[in-house]
Amino acid sequence: MSTSPNSVLDVRDLHISYSQGEERPTVVHGVSFTVEPGEVVALVGESGSGKTSTAQAVIGLLAENGRVESGSILLNGEDISRWSARRLRSIRGAVVSLVPQDPGSSLNPVLTIGAQVREILQIHGRLDRRTADRKVIELLTNVGISQPELRIHQYPHELSGGMKQRVLIAIAIALRPALIIADEPTSALDVTVQRRILDLIDDLRREHGTSVLLVTHDLGVAADRSDRLIVLQGGRIQEQGKTADVLASPQSAYTRKLLSDAPSLSVAKPRPPVEPSRPAALTVTNLVQDFSLPTAKNFRAVDNISFSVARGTTHAVVGESGSGKTTTIRSIAGFLKPTSGEIRIGDLDVASLRSEALRQFRRKVQLVYQNPWASLDPRQTVQAIVEEPLLNFDPLPRAEREARVRAIIERVGLPATVLSRLPHALSGGQRQRVAIARALVLEPEVVVLDEAVSALDVTVQAQILELLAELQRDFGLTYVFVSHDLAVVRQIADTVSVLHNGRQVDYGTVDEVFSSTSTAYTRELIEAIPGQKFPRAEISRQPIKTGLLS
Amino acid sequence: MTRYVIGRISQALLVLWAAFTLSFILLQAMPGDAVLIKFLNPEFGLSADQVAEIRAAYAVDSSVVVQYGHTLVNFLQGDFGYSLQAGVPVSAQLATNLPPTFKLAGLGFLAATLLAVFIAFLSSMAPFAWLRNAIQSLPSLFISVPVFWLAIMLIQIFSFRFRLVSVINPGPWESLVLPVATLAVPIAAPLAQILIRNIDEIRTRPFVSVARAKGASETRLLWRHVARNAILPTLTIAGVLFGELIAGAVVTETVFGLNGIGGLTEKAVGNQDLSVLQAVVVISAAAFVTINLAVDLAYPLLDPRLRNGHGAAA
Repeated sequence: MSTSPNSVLDVRDLHISYSQGEERPTVVHGVSFTVEPGEVVALVGESGSGKTSTAQAVIGLLAENGRVESGSILLNGEDISRWSARRLRSIRGAVVSLVPQDPGSSLNPVLTIGAQVREILQIHGRLDRRTADRKVIELLTNVGISQPELRIHQYPHELSGGMKQRVLIAIAIALRPALIIADEPTSALDVTVQRRILDLIDDLRREHGTSVLLVTHDLGVAADRSDRLIVLQGGRIQEQGKTADVLASPQSAYTRKLLSDAPSLSVAKPRPPVEPSRPAALTVTNLVQDFSLPTAKNFRAVDNISFSVARGTTHAVVGESGSGKTTTIRSIAGFLKPTSGEIRIGDLDVASLRSEALRQFRRKVQLVYQNPWASLDPRQTVQAIVEEPLLNFDPLPRAEREARVRAIIERVGLPATVLSRLPHALSGGQRQRVAIARALVLEPEVVVLDEAVSALDVTVQAQILELLAELQRDFGLTYVFVSHDLAVVRQIADTVSVLHNGRQVDYGTVDEVFSSTSTAYTRELIEAIPGQKFPRAEISRQPIKTGLLS
Repeated sequence: MTRYVIGRISQALLVLWAAFTLSFILLQAMPGDAVLIKFLNPEFGLSADQVAEIRAAYAVDSSVVVQYGHTLVNFLQGDFGYSLQAGVPVSAQLATNLPPTFKLAGLGFLAATLLAVFIAFLSSMAPFAWLRNAIQSLPSLFISVPVFWLAIMLIQIFSFRFRLVSVINPGPWESLVLPVATLAVPIAAPLAQILIRNIDEIRTRPFVSVARAKGASETRLLWRHVARNAILPTLTIAGVLFGELIAGAVVTETVFGLNGIGGLTEKAVGNQDLSVLQAVVVISAAAFVTINLAVDLAYPLLDPRLRNGHGAAA
């Protein structure tokens, strides 16, 4: 690593700790790196890697219990790590600014867009109201917001997620800072929106010569957008270097593992084609789902969707937010009565079921949700969580029930010791395994996986995907896999439906859809998958030898 | 928006009607009536026949349904009937006893709000953790102080010891100082608690970090970004607490010897003076409903997400 005297950012031997009760564990251990003018540096790591803490320290936004223990943070050659709060305020927004993670909650809901963009100009300058307003409109135009004169009077809830992120970017670039910290700037956005936002950051950076510190868990995004990559694990830098070099010949075992686990960078192993003789486990025919609105006419969330899933295969339902994928699976699970159309599980017509028959039907279709932090009752032990479905459906003697819980917990790769624990004592991946065990304990025919791996780190995601594939082989399970992530879908699914605004714009085997779709929207989705800048062949995916991971 | 306003107003009217009806039923269910209590008193020396005649004149012997209709129509016209005990129209009694109570309640409410805001913001601006903790424990202290005790202590300290506020022949405003303080303290406590919790919660929101990243000072963060968002849920509680305020006014008036609704109610309960009680219930309900209506109507002004009629669309 070369340190030039005119680095925009020069972090040296940074240590950060957080107070937790009596203790003060260190979470960042001696991190050093630089960001040169006009450069995009990606800080890549999984949750708990210290990437966010490092970025927060640079802009002086560590949580109240966090503290820079030692090391220095040189911004344009000046060490800001010991600066007073007042002095830090003078550079925040002006020299270093922030593009936050979740645009949905990052704008003040009770202030207008105009007021929030104007604020940064007011804090740092003495602009009169009219000049400021002109500047606000200019900034909003710069970030590609249509009708800015109208938007400045609107409130955040009246804008889409992508628009809100554009507003936040306008705020970040308002004073032409030397460095922009982009903290997972697109992880809360749909892929096509993600791509446009990242393009925008790229364009603005080129135009103004601003440096960007891109914090991300997504190796695909980092690969596409950064000049240099820094891989963090457990608060330590595992590896840093030119992005192309790191991807082509990663030096650390951890980087190699990350690269091989990232769905967007890996080449999908072709799944064996489904033999046509298999019976259908689930058939959806001309499904229509309307919602009544208090005003105007009904809203059609799902408009004429049909697909059939052969027993033991995986069907992916893909789409962006508002595409109707959640409504579709809620109908399949029997939570909604279809407005018209038919859903058959085996030979059962789901819509015809009432009360007890509907309750009994639920054992055939089980759900695994996206967020393993929210889908498990925090006050129940793992034992109680997994056994509850059995209590509802199978009046088994206690010993037998416990044996079944124990067996399924073991089957999903968890040690029996977790049974007596509460969910908060488990990691995200372990929780999702518990959620899968809870779904499987009733031996369902169809398992609906609603973004079931989207909230997980890549290495954990890879393990869960592996587990799902294994369980499918062993139990002949049928999966409906709902996802916005086409890279994952390509890995795990046999057939796929692409939904857009409630309509099914594509349907076929994964191979057909990915290689030869004629639908513009599907092509746009596929092209928006991050990690396509480098040809697959240039990315190293050597299998890791366990010996390296001591 | 108009639909929202019309909806809220009709809800308020419905609540008023329900309060009237329920109080009417409860008061009717009481054994005996005011006429019997007053005129069966041996001092009057009236015969049973004469009492029956008077009862007929006051229409207390007619069926409950007829009385209900009668009273409702009268109330709608602003006629609250006669107080049997005092022998004057209820509206005349209200005219003398209502203004002191309203003044007391209104000022008490204002003082409570100011006190709550003061405590909450002091606690969030306190530079040291120990100071913050000390300020944050004030509400629990306030809430556990009995009103009558507080009133007596305030008189002891400020009137008798320091002679700051005179209790004998005080001026019209001077007489309100201690009662308002007495009333404000227990109301301010829950308000401050909720406000403190909301401020702490809002401070962790990402938009506050974004504002901080703009270079905003702590004062700007607090007033421009945190305060308005934190006050929203507090408003609802403030409206509900107003009911407590009316109840608290009764005790306070008694201790400070103010001639308000509290004293009137106390006497009316003793004498089963139904028209007075009915009027007090309806007036209190009207005040409560009005305050809560005002809160409901203020919401969309403070929170733009509620302006489009159907709440925040995701």
